[in-house]
Amino acid sequence: MRTLLIQKAGMSLFILACTLLAAMLFINKYEISRSQLETVLSPQDYSKVSNFISPIINHEYTSSISFNADLEKVLDSANQNIQSTFSISNADLEHSIASFPNENITFNNEILASNFANDSIYNYKKDKLRTYTSWMNGKTYENKKVLKEELQGTTKSINGSLNSHLGFDNYKLNTLKLSITRAANSTPIKDSPLLWLGLTIGLGIFAAMLYILPKLSQLPGIKNDGVFQSAHTSRGWIGYSIGVMLILFYVLLYWYPEYMTNWMIMVDPVSQVLNGGPASQWFFYGLLYTIAIIVMGIRMFIKYRHSQYHIIRTSSVMFFQTSFAFLIPEILILLNQPSMDLKNIWPLNYTFFFDYNIQNLINSGGLGLFMLVWGIILVLVAVPVITYFYGKRWYCSWVCGCGGLAETLGDPYRQLSDKSLKSWKIERWMVHAVLAFAIMMTTGTLYTYFTGSGSLLGLDTYYIRSVYGFLIGSVFAGVVGVGFYPVMGSRVWCRFGCPLAAYLGIIQRFKSKFRITTNGGQCISCGNCSTYCEMGIDVRWYAQREQNIVRASCVGCGVCASVCPRGVLKLENDDPDNRFEKPIRISNSKIEVLN
Amino acid sequence: MKHVVIIGNGISGITAARHIRKASNFKITVISAESEHFWSRTALMYIYMGHMKYEHTKPYEDWFWKKNKIELMHDYVSSINFKEKKLRLAKGENISYDSLVLATGSKPNKFNWPGQDAKGVCTMVSLQDLENIQKYTTNISKAVVVGGGLIGVEMAEMLHSKSIKTTFLVREEKFWRNTLPYQEADLVGRHISKHQIDLRLSTELKEIVTDDREQVKAVITSSGETIECEFVGITTGVHPNIELVKDSALSTNKGILVNQFLQTNIPDVYAIGDCAEQIEPIANRPSIEQVWYTGKIMGETVAQTICRSPKAYQPGPWYNSAKFFDIEYQTYGHVPHIAQPHENRFYWEHPSGNKAMHFCFHHKTNAFLGVNTFGIRLRHNLLDSWLRKPTSIQQVIENLKAANFDPEFFASYEKEITEQFNQQYPELKVKPHKRKRIAGIF
Repeated sequence: MRTLLIQKAGMSLFILACTLLAAMLFINKYEISRSQLETVLSPQDYSKVSNFISPIINHEYTSSISFNADLEKVLDSANQNIQSTFSISNADLEHSIASFPNENITFNNEILASNFANDSIYNYKKDKLRTYTSWMNGKTYENKKVLKEELQGTTKSINGSLNSHLGFDNYKLNTLKLSITRAANSTPIKDSPLLWLGLTIGLGIFAAMLYILPKLSQLPGIKNDGVFQSAHTSRGWIGYSIGVMLILFYVLLYWYPEYMTNWMIMVDPVSQVLNGGPASQWFFYGLLYTIAIIVMGIRMFIKYRHSQYHIIRTSSVMFFQTSFAFLIPEILILLNQPSMDLKNIWPLNYTFFFDYNIQNLINSGGLGLFMLVWGIILVLVAVPVITYFYGKRWYCSWVCGCGGLAETLGDPYRQLSDKSLKSWKIERWMVHAVLAFAIMMTTGTLYTYFTGSGSLLGLDTYYIRSVYGFLIGSVFAGVVGVGFYPVMGSRVWCRFGCPLAAYLGIIQRFKSKFRITTNGGQCISCGNCSTYCEMGIDVRWYAQREQNIVRASCVGCGVCASVCPRGVLKLENDDPDNRFEKPIRISNSKIEVLN
Repeated sequence: MKHVVIIGNGISGITAARHIRKASNFKITVISAESEHFWSRTALMYIYMGHMKYEHTKPYEDWFWKKNKIELMHDYVSSINFKEKKLRLAKGENISYDSLVLATGSKPNKFNWPGQDAKGVCTMVSLQDLENIQKYTTNISKAVVVGGGLIGVEMAEMLHSKSIKTTFLVREEKFWRNTLPYQEADLVGRHISKHQIDLRLSTELKEIVTDDREQVKAVITSSGETIECEFVGITTGVHPNIELVKDSALSTNKGILVNQFLQTNIPDVYAIGDCAEQIEPIANRPSIEQVWYTGKIMGETVAQTICRSPKAYQPGPWYNSAKFFDIEYQTYGHVPHIAQPHENRFYWEHPSGNKAMHFCFHHKTNAFLGVNTFGIRLRHNLLDSWLRKPTSIQQVIENLKAANFDPEFFASYEKEITEQFNQQYPELKVKPHKRKRIAGIF
């Protein structure tokens, strides 16, 4: 593979830009004043922490780790203070049942804690004790000891919920950590965010173009030269390094966003323009994601400029990412409307049927209601109907954001997917299990929404929801899905994990006009099609026996048809009845088929 | 249980083994000295260029053979005793067979050029050849390819992908002119030159010059010119590999002689693929066919003969395909490189010079005889049916759209082709094509 000098310069600059971006995380200066803190926090939250904040106030930190450690201490102290003030002690418990007789007790929660002092603290304790024990009314207890044993469980759960009721639960802690760290950030980035944006992402785009555009000097056509001889695209050290960096990025993004406030501040000016507010970690991620799709989409335009099919589908994912996934939701925020990616379909969009989302949409008037109905129509009507006509490609390689990234940023890694029969078996189990999990999780969530009961068939619906969000939504889709690009190919998530892909796939496999037609007896079994199938389909297996390819997982990217040196494959929508033609020998039709 | 031994694990031998397995429970042994497993020879260039690794070229996973009870032996057959139905292997083992299928393939041609065995002179047929090419082209800057056919252009592309300055010696006045009509040969030649390949037409190799380490230094051409190079690729065709049976009771000519049932003169011994030579060639076809597709069909046919009743080799209408750098080529039926008296021709070429179609039809009956297509894919099953039953050229031109196999959204050229056809053959006037639909293409 020829690399021109200008491309080498581009690559060097790109590495420089990436290094700068990573190095930004180590530029640390945090300092916060009392008044700043007061503006960041709600008056309620501020009052909870105000007694404990002196250690961090006006203290200059040069390490995000020590700042966050101290901040955590502050928030912990606030929680501990709540705990020590409001938790029901053993003595409180003894005291609360003093008014009951010693033996043969008939429980009545009106009597419980009736002797508590009449102050705000004890009123809270009394109120909680009574609410939590209303179900015990009328039950009888042999003696106080038995009653106390029963009540110990109750006090335990009351004390356990103190943080979420009066203090800060984990979710809140994370939110506070991020917003306080952001407010305390006094790095030079805050003074000139656009300069930093230019030096990192701006330079990165420029450098990428320097690397990509000179490829126009090659004649159009399939040029996979050196793919398996490069340490980048054949699981070499460069590939693994990029994988590790991607994984670290996702871990930071999902679980430690307070360490990436520099990146958020850097894109604040962009965020201000689009949605009128400061940037969240998700804004930064969305921006980066969109830029990745656009830049690598331009690479696709050049690489496949001989193929109108690739140019059009790449334009399509670039358009849907830029508008539907990125700009429109931000502008909706600016207009004070519910923000939604209108092309993100349940169950990929697994939070769609969450109570807060439904509530939010219902409460947001006409547009919100439209979004709710739209989302349901997509699942129930659009997916089956459009998939019937065009196969699942209409979504997976034309519209979807995950697919969009896989088809652009992931394209250099498509050949790394496993084509073995074994991996196909694993894939079928796994992707359908995730679909079943998503359906179960959503059913539970809806059950809770409509009935108010937090448990379905003995399962805690909130817990299942959070397990799904963590395992599937974050670990699988993000960390594994993108982080493993350079190791397992660009469609790890789509192939093994995406519940929507599973749903689309079932329709494509059983009721669709779409297939990849094999051109008679022209296959020479070279293996390019299978090698470059990102979904790990052994395309050659079908092509060499002159059989059409009808597979649930095929996302219709069309690359098999492009890399085929003999023009054997064609993606088509045709009569759904003739898709499953038996293998024939066109060349020797007198030999019948033997199966 | 009958024991079928197949010598050679190329496409012919392996197809035979698979189809014997489908039709019987015979014991099957496939012996190959080249590789342990079947791999796709057609992908050799892609391994070199880094599009694929060797493992990707195996059409079946390694467990496939055991599961289907096809025994593979990685060994060299040193001799065959046809009388006792026994083989002797290089490692010393003796194997007896009930049926023997010879699928030994081809060997590259070399024409006794001085220096042809020097270091840095390579042919391109086997895995061992690939290793040599890799070895001798590492860190070199200049190469010469000799032989203007399908493998020659592949080798030129391979060397080009490694930025090696390549000179391509072609004996004919145009590239592959002994197979392609003038226009196509010229089209491909122009395309090759566009890739900075120094294409030398009407030029033959006279001598390979070596240095004192027996390493290639230069070649001398038929015009007396010396071209410096560090590597010489010899791609001047292949001949049947019959060394194993040359001096035996088996009757051979250039290849192993077989009848239409692929049987040799010795009972229970068959020959298929590149090494077989038809005693009575099928009309319009060469007696030795060194093509992937025909090897496959012969493998299927011989399996029927061995497992059931003798089945004649009936390959149907001729077809073939290739790729010249970025231009795909398909051919269906016959478009001889020199027009025959009974033929009419219609040639269309896109102004870009990258796409062309060349139709051949009967000058009296107007029956469609064949087509060469460049840069436009055609649908095999439709073309096949047009060639099997009499179809007029008008029908073919009129239905070109249905025969198109290009990917969705590709520009279509039926309108231009029809217009030009009507200009050239006004008496055969074909209904003009409507412009393609704007929407609803897919």
